[in-house]
Amino acid sequence: MAGGRLLRVELPSDPSMLCVVRGAIERLTEAFGFSEPEVRSVTRAVDEALTNIMRHSYGGALNRRIEVSCLRVAKKSAANAEGFEIRLVDYGPKIDPEKLRGRRLDEIKPGGLGLHFIRQSMDIVEFKRDRGANVLRLVKFLPQEGRHGN
Amino acid sequence: MLGGKPLQIATRALGTTTVFDVTGDIDLAHSPEVRKALLTEIKEKKTPKVVMNMSKVRYIDSSGVASLVEALKASRDAGTRFQLVGLSPAAREVLQLSRLLKIFETFDTEEAALAS
Repeated sequence: MAGGRLLRVELPSDPSMLCVVRGAIERLTEAFGFSEPEVRSVTRAVDEALTNIMRHSYGGALNRRIEVSCLRVAKKSAANAEGFEIRLVDYGPKIDPEKLRGRRLDEIKPGGLGLHFIRQSMDIVEFKRDRGANVLRLVKFLPQEGRHGN
Repeated sequence: MLGGKPLQIATRALGTTTVFDVTGDIDLAHSPEVRKALLTEIKEKKTPKVVMNMSKVRYIDSSGVASLVEALKASRDAGTRFQLVGLSPAAREVLQLSRLLKIFETFDTEEAALAS
């Protein structure tokens, strides 16, 4: 698979698009060399992040813009370590960082699990506000042993 | 609808048990349908046992898990039972990650659930 940018798409904030993105992320992460559980894990993180944008940043509106970019990145601290980066950009209101913590898991109640899934799945989860946009950066590094299909 | 496959929810009445056969992905696009179907069966019809057959559910997200938790709470409030059957690896992972797997009655087969 070639380096640098792997995919860039714009999609409307319509939940019916989620399965389309999941399909693309599954294929990309498989080709990148992730194992089956890692593919499921990264796909789940992207799906949950998009769901959060649709529900919270855009308040359920169906036709707002979301940008999804996937890139190959290098790990700064390790030679030959490659990572799969996903950047999600939306143009909703600024997010309160306090709301990005997720809830405790010792309570049995519906809701609040999406952020927990994202943090468990990814090696890097970074959020910033940049020129009127919310930018979420998710990175998962390939394990150094057991790489395949790359 | 732009991209998603429709979710299918079929119901079967077996004595005092209702079985939901769910096919498709339970994500933000479809979890409201699942939630409504389950809560109608549990809260309004007060069915003694509701079994959700998830063997054809390949993916479930946090909104889908929230719907299952709501259904479980409703069944506990009503003094009835709510069971999950045929969890896919992805569904099992999600329930494990959220530390919720142990609160549900889960079975590998529908026969096992019906016999319980």
